[in-house]
Amino acid sequence: MRLYVPLAITFVAGMIMILQFFIPHQPFPMLGDGVQDWYVIVASSAIFLGILNLLRVHVKKIRLRKRHWQYSPVTIVGFLTMFVSGVAWGVTEETPFYYLFNQMVVPMGATMFSLLAFFVASAAFRAFRASNWRATLLLASAFLVMLGRVPIGDIIWRWIPGAAESSHPYLVSEIAEWIMQFPNMAGQRAILIGAAMGVVATSLRMIFGIERSYLGGAD
Amino acid sequence: MKKLLERIGNVDRRVIFVLMALAVIVPLALKLTMEMPVGEGPSYELYEYIDQLPADSRVLMSFDYDPSTKPELQPMARALVAHMLGSDLNIVAMALWPQGATLGQEILSGVSDSLGAEQYEDWVNMGYKTGGQVLIVRLGTSIEAAFPTDLENVPYGEIPMLSDVSTLRDFDLVVTLSAGDPGIPAWVMIASDRFGVPVGGGCTAVSAPQFYPYLQQRDGERPQMEGLLGGLRGAADYETLIERPGLAAAGMSAQSIAHLVIMVFIVIGNITFFATGRKKRTKGGGR
Amino acid sequence: MKTRTFSAMVPAVLLIAAAVAAQPVRVENLEAQDSPNDAGGAVELRWSLSDGTDFPDSITVLRESPDGGMEVVGTKPGVSTGDVDTGLENGREYSYLVRVHRGGEVAAELGPVSAVPAAQWLHTERWGMLVILIILAGFILYFIEQGKKGRELYIREIAGLTAVDDAVGRATEMGRPVLYVPGIMDMDNIQTIASMVILGRVAARTAKFGSPLLVPVSKSVVLSVSQEVVKESYLEAGRPDAYQSDNIFYLTDDQFGYAAGVDGIMVRERPAAIFLLGTFYAESLILAETGRSVGAIQIAGTAMPSQLPFFIAACDYTLIGEELFAASAYLSREPKLLGSLKGQDVAKLFFIAVIIVGVLAFTLGDFWEPANEVADFIRLLTHVE
Repeated sequence: MRLYVPLAITFVAGMIMILQFFIPHQPFPMLGDGVQDWYVIVASSAIFLGILNLLRVHVKKIRLRKRHWQYSPVTIVGFLTMFVSGVAWGVTEETPFYYLFNQMVVPMGATMFSLLAFFVASAAFRAFRASNWRATLLLASAFLVMLGRVPIGDIIWRWIPGAAESSHPYLVSEIAEWIMQFPNMAGQRAILIGAAMGVVATSLRMIFGIERSYLGGAD
Repeated sequence: MKKLLERIGNVDRRVIFVLMALAVIVPLALKLTMEMPVGEGPSYELYEYIDQLPADSRVLMSFDYDPSTKPELQPMARALVAHMLGSDLNIVAMALWPQGATLGQEILSGVSDSLGAEQYEDWVNMGYKTGGQVLIVRLGTSIEAAFPTDLENVPYGEIPMLSDVSTLRDFDLVVTLSAGDPGIPAWVMIASDRFGVPVGGGCTAVSAPQFYPYLQQRDGERPQMEGLLGGLRGAADYETLIERPGLAAAGMSAQSIAHLVIMVFIVIGNITFFATGRKKRTKGGGR
Repeated sequence: MKTRTFSAMVPAVLLIAAAVAAQPVRVENLEAQDSPNDAGGAVELRWSLSDGTDFPDSITVLRESPDGGMEVVGTKPGVSTGDVDTGLENGREYSYLVRVHRGGEVAAELGPVSAVPAAQWLHTERWGMLVILIILAGFILYFIEQGKKGRELYIREIAGLTAVDDAVGRATEMGRPVLYVPGIMDMDNIQTIASMVILGRVAARTAKFGSPLLVPVSKSVVLSVSQEVVKESYLEAGRPDAYQSDNIFYLTDDQFGYAAGVDGIMVRERPAAIFLLGTFYAESLILAETGRSVGAIQIAGTAMPSQLPFFIAACDYTLIGEELFAASAYLSREPKLLGSLKGQDVAKLFFIAVIIVGVLAFTLGDFWEPANEVADFIRLLTHVE
C-alpha cells in the first residue's frame, strides 16, 4: 500500500501530462492545468517546511552546543531580521526590507558569484595542460575564444600591419564566433540530445513504476 | 632553474587570486577604455529586431535573474529598456524569479524618468509569480488570471495600456533576461515554439553557448530566438549600438585584461608542466 | 513620452508627406476559421495588410451577438494581422466584422465572415512527436521485457559510478563525512529526480559502511524527498538507528546563498567524498573548487552543457549528460532498469540514423529533387508546435 499509492499517483499525473500534450479536447487540457496548478500550490506551501527545518536544526545546534554552534545564532538572527522587516513594513521600495536586500543580500550574492573569476583562473592554471594533441586543440581554441570575446583580441589583430584594412578586420572575434557557432554547438547538441533521451527514458521509467528507488528500496 | 619552475607550478592559489583581483580592479580604477567594434552577430540581431518594430508594438520583458547576476544582466536590461522606451514601444514587465521584479522596477522607473515615459501608458511592471514554465503556459491562455494586479497592486482592468492585452499572443516580442532556470529555455519552448511569439533575450556569459542552437535560422522560417546578448560583452555591444555607453562598456576593458592574465597563467602552467618532466599528473580532469 | 516624441515627429512627418504622399495600408483578405488544435471555444480571424507606410490607428473586431446587434470583442493595434476570439460555445456559428479606424473614423469595414468553433481530438502539429515517443517507448519496453527474461545486457563501464563505492569507503576509512549536493533546482526538474535516485543508492552504501551522510538542499520539496529517500535506504540496509534527519537540511532558496552555505560546510566538516549531482548553474565551479581545496574525492554529474567543463576541470569524475540518468540502472544492476537503458541506447542509434539521413537528404536535395521529399518527411516528423 505504501508503495502502490505513490506509484499510482505518479502514473496518473504523468499520463495526464503526456495526454494533454497530444489531445487538445476536454477534459485533458483542464486536467493538465489542474495538475500544474497543484504543483504550484504544493511547491509554494512547502516553503514553510524549509523554514521550519532551518530553524529546528539551528536551534537544536545551539541547545546541544554542537560543533560550530556559534554560526547558528547568526543564521537565526539574519532570518528573523529579514522575515520581520518584510512582514511588518512590506517589501516595496523604501522599506527596511528593500534596504537590507539591496545593501546586504545583493552585495553578498555578487561576492559569491565573483568568486568564479578567481576559481576559473586557478582551475585553468591547473587543468589546461597541452599533454596530448586533443588537449592542445582544446587549449588553442580556449585561447582564441578568450581573445575573441573581449575587444582586446581584435585590437591585437589590428596591430598587425594591413590587418585593419584586410577583408577580415575583426578576424579574432570572427574565429571565436565560428568556434562557438559550429564545433561548440555540435558538441552541445550531442550532449543535449543524449540528455533529452535520458530525460524521456527516466520519465517513462518513473511513470511506469520501473524506477522506484526514490520511494526507498529498489524492488 | 627546475626547482624554481616546480615552485611556480605548485604556487599557492591565493597568489593567483591576488593577481586576478588586480587585473580587474586596476583597469576599472584607472577608467581604462577600449574601442568596441560591434560586428554582425547575436547582439546585432536583437538590436535590429527591436529597432524595426513599429511604434506602439508590445514587448513582454521578463526579469528572470537575481542580484547575484546583476552586474552582467542589469546593464543589458538598462540598454534594452532605454532602446524600447526611446522607440515608443510599450513594455509589460514581469519576473519568473522573485527578486527579478524589484530589479526590473529599478531599471524601468530609472530609465522611464530620464526619457519622460509614463508608467501605465508606456510601461507596467506586473511583478513576480511562481511557476516558471507552467506560468508561461498560463499566460498563453490569460495574462489577467496570472497577474490580477501589477507590482503596486493596481488591478489589471485599471491599467490603460493593458486594455487590449489578454494573452501572450498579443505581444510582438518577448525579451527575457535569464540567469538560469526558469529562463530562456522555458520562454523559447512555450512562448516561441508553442504560441509563436518571437523571443529574444540576454543571459550570463557562461550560459550563452548553450543557447546558440536557438539562433539558427532556416530559409523562410523564424529562428527560435531573434537575438541574444551574452554576458557583459553582449551588454557592451548593445550599449554601443544604441550609443549610450555605460557600465558594461567600462567593464569590457577590465575583462580584457582578466582574460589576458588567465592566458598568462595557462602559459606558465604549461611551461612548468613540460620543464618539470610532465610526470605529475593532475588529479582533476579524469573522468 | 509619446506625446513629446509625437510632436517632435510632426514636422518630419509633414515633410515626408509633402515629398511623397504616404501610402495608406489597406486591410484585406479577412478570413475566419475554427482555432486549430484546441479544446474549442475559439475562432481565429486573420487578415493581411497591403504594402504602405501609413498604418491604420486601430482595428476592431466585432461579433454578432445573440440579439442580432454587433459587439466589440477585440481592439488591435494598426500593425496587427489577426485576432483570436475566445470564450465561445462549440458547434454554434459566429459571424464577425472587422472595422479599420483612421483619424477617429471608421475608414473601412470588412466581413461578415463566420466560423464554427470546435474541439479537436489530436493535435495535428504534434503527431510526429507522438510517433517518436511511441518508437522510444517501444524500444525501452521491449528491452525491459528482454531484461526480465534474463537476457545478458552489456553496458559500458562508467568510471564515475564505479568510483562511488571507493569514495564512500575512503570517507569511512578517514572517519570523515560524505557530502551529497543535489543541485539547486526543485523537484519538477528531472535532473533533481535523477539525483534523488542516486542519493538512494549512495545512502544505502553510507548506511552499510557507517559514515555520516550530509545533504544540504536548496528547495523545501527536495528536503522532504531527500529525507524520505535516505530514511528508506537506511531502513532497507537494516540500519534505521544510524539515520539522522538533522543531517539532511534546508539552507536557502537563494543560488549563491546556497553556494556559500555548502562551501562553508565543506571547509568546516572537510568531507572525504563529495557528490555534486543534479542541475547546477554558475555555482558549479565555486562548489567544485572549494571541494577540491579540502582534498575530497569528487564525483560530479549534470546535464547542463555549460557547467560540464567546470566539473571536468575540478572534479575527479564527471557524469556527462545522460550518464547521470543512467546511474540508477548502473548502480543497481537491476535487469528491468538495465533493459530500459539498453532500449534508450537502441532508440538513440535509431535517431542518429534519422539525423544522418535527414542531413544527407537535405544536402542532396540541392542536386536531386526526390531527396527533398525524404527531407520534408523527416522535417514533418520532427516538427512540433
